[in-house]
Amino acid sequence: MPCVGDWLNSPLSIVQGIFAQNAPNSDWEKKVTEYFKEKLKENNATNWVPSLNDVPVHYLKPNSLVKFRCMVQDMFDPEFYMGVYETVDPNTNARVLHFGKYRDVAECGPQQEIDLNSPQTVTSERQTFYCVPVPGESAWVKEISFLTEPVQARVSPSTSYTPSRHKRSYEEDEDMDLHPSKQKEQHMGKSCLQILCFSGSGGDIHGCVEPKRLETEASAGHHVISPNCSPPLDLNFPLPGEKGPACLVKIYESWESFKVNDVLEVFGVLSVDPVLSIVNSEERDSSSLDPMECMDTMEEQRVHSPPASLVPRIHVILAQKLQHINPLLPACLNEEESKTCEFVSNFMSELSPVRAELLGFLTHALLGDSLAAEYLILHLISTVYGRRDVLPLGKFTVNLSGCPRSSTFTEHLYRLIQQLVPASYHLRMSIESMNHSRFIPHKDYTANRLVSGLLQLASNTSLVIDETQLEQGQLDTAGVHNVTALGNLITWQKVDYDFNYHRMEFPCNINVLITSEGRSLLPSDCQVHLQPQIIPPNMEEYMSSLLTAVLPSVLNKFRIYLSLLRLLDYSISDEVTKAVEEDFVEMRKNNPESVTADDLHKMLLVARFLSLSAGQTTLSRERWLRAKQLEALRKARLQQQQCVNGNEL
Amino acid sequence: LPSPASVRPVRRPGCCNSGSPVSLAAQDARSPSSQKRRTDDSTSTGDLQPMPTSPPADAQSPGAADALFSSPPQFRHSAIPLDFDISSPLTYGTPSSRVEGTPRSGARGTPVRQRPDLGSVRKARQVDLHSDGLAEDIVATEQSLGQKLVIWGTDVNVASCKEKFQRFLQRFIDPLDKEDEDIGLDLNEPRYMQRLQEINMVGEPFLNVNCDHLRSFDENLYRQLICYPQEVIPTFDMAANEIFFDRYPDSILEHQIQVRPYNALKTRNMRNLNPEDIDQLITISGMVIRSSQLIPEMQEAFFRCQVCAFTTRVEIDRGRIAEPSVCKNCNTTHSMALIHNRSMFSDKQMIKLQESPEDMPAGQTPHTVALFAHNDLVDKVQPGDRVNVTGIYRAVPIRVNPRVSSVKSVYRTHIDVIHYRKTDSKRLHGVDEETEQKRFTEERVELLKELSKKADIYERLALALAPSIYEHEDIKKGILLQLFGGSRKDFTHTGRGNFRAEINILLCGDPGTSKSQLLQYVYNLVPRGQYTSGKGSSAVGLTAYVMKDPETRQLVLQTGALVLSDNGICCIDEFDKMNESTRSVLHEVMEQQTLSIAKAGIICQLNARTSILAAANPIESQWNPKKTTIENIQLPHTLLSRFDLIFLMLDPRDEAYDRRLARHLVSLYYQSEEKMEEEYMDMAVLRDYIAYARSYVNPRLGEEAGQALIEAYVDMRKIGSGRGMVSAYPRQLESLIRLAEAHAKVRFSDKVETIDVEEAKRLHREALKQSATDPKTGIVDISILTTGMSATARKRKEELAQALRKLIQSKGKAPSLKYQQLLDDLRAQSDIAVTKEMFEEALRALADEDFLTVTGKTVRLL
Repeated sequence: MPCVGDWLNSPLSIVQGIFAQNAPNSDWEKKVTEYFKEKLKENNATNWVPSLNDVPVHYLKPNSLVKFRCMVQDMFDPEFYMGVYETVDPNTNARVLHFGKYRDVAECGPQQEIDLNSPQTVTSERQTFYCVPVPGESAWVKEISFLTEPVQARVSPSTSYTPSRHKRSYEEDEDMDLHPSKQKEQHMGKSCLQILCFSGSGGDIHGCVEPKRLETEASAGHHVISPNCSPPLDLNFPLPGEKGPACLVKIYESWESFKVNDVLEVFGVLSVDPVLSIVNSEERDSSSLDPMECMDTMEEQRVHSPPASLVPRIHVILAQKLQHINPLLPACLNEEESKTCEFVSNFMSELSPVRAELLGFLTHALLGDSLAAEYLILHLISTVYGRRDVLPLGKFTVNLSGCPRSSTFTEHLYRLIQQLVPASYHLRMSIESMNHSRFIPHKDYTANRLVSGLLQLASNTSLVIDETQLEQGQLDTAGVHNVTALGNLITWQKVDYDFNYHRMEFPCNINVLITSEGRSLLPSDCQVHLQPQIIPPNMEEYMSSLLTAVLPSVLNKFRIYLSLLRLLDYSISDEVTKAVEEDFVEMRKNNPESVTADDLHKMLLVARFLSLSAGQTTLSRERWLRAKQLEALRKARLQQQQCVNGNEL
Repeated sequence: LPSPASVRPVRRPGCCNSGSPVSLAAQDARSPSSQKRRTDDSTSTGDLQPMPTSPPADAQSPGAADALFSSPPQFRHSAIPLDFDISSPLTYGTPSSRVEGTPRSGARGTPVRQRPDLGSVRKARQVDLHSDGLAEDIVATEQSLGQKLVIWGTDVNVASCKEKFQRFLQRFIDPLDKEDEDIGLDLNEPRYMQRLQEINMVGEPFLNVNCDHLRSFDENLYRQLICYPQEVIPTFDMAANEIFFDRYPDSILEHQIQVRPYNALKTRNMRNLNPEDIDQLITISGMVIRSSQLIPEMQEAFFRCQVCAFTTRVEIDRGRIAEPSVCKNCNTTHSMALIHNRSMFSDKQMIKLQESPEDMPAGQTPHTVALFAHNDLVDKVQPGDRVNVTGIYRAVPIRVNPRVSSVKSVYRTHIDVIHYRKTDSKRLHGVDEETEQKRFTEERVELLKELSKKADIYERLALALAPSIYEHEDIKKGILLQLFGGSRKDFTHTGRGNFRAEINILLCGDPGTSKSQLLQYVYNLVPRGQYTSGKGSSAVGLTAYVMKDPETRQLVLQTGALVLSDNGICCIDEFDKMNESTRSVLHEVMEQQTLSIAKAGIICQLNARTSILAAANPIESQWNPKKTTIENIQLPHTLLSRFDLIFLMLDPRDEAYDRRLARHLVSLYYQSEEKMEEEYMDMAVLRDYIAYARSYVNPRLGEEAGQALIEAYVDMRKIGSGRGMVSAYPRQLESLIRLAEAHAKVRFSDKVETIDVEEAKRLHREALKQSATDPKTGIVDISILTTGMSATARKRKEELAQALRKLIQSKGKAPSLKYQQLLDDLRAQSDIAVTKEMFEEALRALADEDFLTVTGKTVRLL
């Protein structure tokens, strides 16, 4: 397929072609997007595009088409660039028109000069997003999304990169490549290593680039870490220990529709032009000589134009917001497309056995407590589906109290959840972690960027907070702020980002599950007290055997189940509304203390998710009764617990 | 005659009588003379002669002018002999390291300019705009006597432009337009002529011109100013100077008058900046987040030949200095060396402006833009200031590498500042309602006015407030009035200072009655809201604290929530959990509306004109209807009396209510968002409505309303006096006035009328009924709030004490009595149940009267 290679390997030449055809009028831009949209629509064409999430940057051919699934971490200022420019040959006075879209550097031949004052020049605007891979993305998401791709589709320009790897994870991959310089790893961090290996193996990648330049680049990399300079570039991942490429994504169209923390999939031209890094080192050199003269601070330059080998640029041709990142589901769940409809209806038909199996699985995981398992399912499919002025609707934070403290139960429970949801994070609450980690993203004005924090998470990320490890101690100011932020997150589903002079509210949609011994110090929508039926002598063994006992195909069904149900619509008929009304009035009549508006809120929530978990999109009388029953059971347990502990609650 | 020297004389005292102001102005327009030249400022020895007049157009673009006119380019700076100031003590030097640095600095696109804020006229456009037709470029023709000349690339005719502007200065009158800077201006006289007079008196050679005025005067001139500021502003300078020196020929100014236009309507929001704005005059608002140190920027380089000591000057051109490679005198190559002390520098500062939080769309991060301030404008703003900046938007290409011709396809953008207008600075005058001035479009105002005419606007707005919270209509109404606030009155001259215009509200009640939700809603609604929780906040967090700035190592005052919500609303949740010392700072804030601070040598009083919306939970977690408000929430009554309205949010036990509540909640759980939107007024409309009313409506009490208020107050007093107690205090009257004013604001009415008073009364009574009802008698009793005890309770206490006294007296002469015995006796005698507490209280009362003393378990008579 020569054609495939063309638009995959050198999309810019395609753009050039379209540009040359339609040059003076601005139609060409639209035609380019249309062309690529067409191309990507072809059967599984998206799978042919190598993904930056999967393939390390240095294996990808510069200026080829790549895709990247990422979360918008920060938005930089819009840039003005030369959309169209003209070059002049000083000798012959020949003028040539070029396009500057999808490029970082305005190209011109060795004998040519750019005419900055040409009347043909068109200045356009584009927006740069700083994107990171989806924080807390589960390993299975990566595995599945890149296994489904046909192997030969991987573009492998480098000889050192053999496409034969099937299940090698990203990390392993790196270890392999970095052998020669492993000893440096400790103090350099991964980012610098990439430079090294770029310069080492990159010679053949860039046929066009002289090796000399690569050296300068490598030295620029060294420059970054040399002691008299500032520490290595922080790639600004929200969660600690994250890996994966960060990327400067340049968006050309309708960037207003994207927001911070949106998950995007972008298709675009990869730009790792070493010139970009040279700019950097040059400027750094001179700026150290004369800092007054430079417009931005050094930090700002480092952040806004990091070496391209570390933070590649993607010039986006097509971008779309993702509803979810589960690779087992069709990316876009539109009603119109027959394929997705079929998929959904197929799955719905076998919903109840899946639910039963999942319930069984979770019951085992929760040491035989089926009520807690039921609530856990409801929690896992909950999502904020709307906001009524400040009140988020559909959040369902569960506080799983009564977790055994001594064992590693919570740890293992998290591992199981991790296997089920596409993105998650395990927050071990301790005095130290609360005092020392940064939860709220804040704006760093010297570097002019949003420094990420733990709570900068994409929608529908599962946040499991483990309170069992909390010891006595004193929270300092930062700790109090962090706890407040967590509380705000749970109650209002928003995080107040700190902009130093003011705070900005960012709505979020994060499923919070709190495991604790007693009642959590954080607010929650409902507290379920765990009643273990069995106490396995070896928790580790018990849990891992549980996971191995599940067939991969079944596990996948669980994953689909949880992601799909979250996206369903829901309604309540008038009759049921009446019935609920009656019920509420009746309950209040008997004992006004027992049922408050809050309780009704809760019951309606439970009813909603209960219906959805069974695949029903309207509330039925039975479900409502079942919801009431569940709530009653839960409350009875709490009461019981209260009696046992006396002063508890 | 050394004609080029003519550039500078204008600034010299006494030089202006040379009789050729026109040319002086003309010179200024294109030359850097308008900025301070450090080299020659102090050495004004030059006895300068009038220079030849030149066609004004010459000034605009000498490069182009050379081609157009026959006049020789004698004004080239490079030829100016400035020899006389070699000996000047005031020379400016920089480290020699700059010698290498300077020529290369151009690579980063920081051009040096002749008149820095306008940019070098000689500089050709860097970015071509579609808007300039090509035809115009050629229009620059040499037609009859320069009358039809236009500046290259524009449609600006200098002569007519100047004339129009002069006419504007001389004639512009707008008696209706009042700005706060206009103190002492006669609005019926030409405004800008008065300004010139002011310049003559004060000696500050800057003329600020409101572009809005210009627009209303001459639309075309305004358009030209916006589109070609670089060419038009120098023309304005010329015109202003001509008039000025015509009028005040003897005036002594530091340098020529610079015209600083502001309030260009082109762009308001940083987000709207786009490539079309490049090289145009724009005004944007934002917040300063960083400012650099002062950067001396070379304007003109001075070279001397090492061999023959021949000197030459080279002007900066697009940020570069073309170092002469050959000495013109002796023809030695590479013999020219830069002499720093004799080069010319101007001040420059880089400032980062971030868009103001109000302008940001939800879910996006703020944009920033770089500003360059020059000369006088350096250090005029500090980080944290809110400013409106007027300037010229620039885009400069970034060169990848000076040695390679390829260019990064990105431009670097910045704004050359011409005028700052601090939004905060006005606060000092106290007319700050305007700070909030949101610019309402005319349609919006129309819509709001339309809304205000509706009869049920009050109910409508109340309904639109926090629609997700069910019922509690009166509370919502109260909060609504709080959002509008009363009218600000100043009684300083009668010695009472400012009257509080803000309304404070306390919500107390059962947990889970969505108090927090209401607070959150309000906090989200108002532009200057602060949300704190009583549990987490300390006194310093609320007021202000002093800390060491990590950068400057100076003590700085960091303001807390109360100060930050000046002119806004401070929402305090869990008010009851706040500790004593924290609460005590509220006393001052809630009545005097100021905050006094004496910390670390910083003694000051800050404005804290904030409304307080607090929520408190009852002490027993459930509201005890048998107790009074004070007993339930355990707050000092001194603080409680400062709340205008205290509402109870209780869980009503009523079937019909339950039913409606259930329906409301169920609908929440499945209605789609669009449907919800339809039902209620948009939050944005509500916000605009409030903002508009707050800034433009300032109702005064009408005669009738005054009478109604008096009656209402007297009535309130009467209720109490019947039972021998006072049920209303002047504070309550003030509350009533505020509420009535706020209600008038809701109606967009400039006069408080009887209906406003009626509603204020009703609401006040409603709040009282809820919170100040004596649980024992069911009568509204204000003294519960003001003294912490209801009048009946006080009476009962007294009665009990008397009964006890009688009892003791009846016992005869026994000097001491057993405590328990006495209690039992009293109980047996009394017809009401006497608790131990009541008994002790009675004992204490008697002890106060020196009737007895209590020691341990015995009671001794005295």
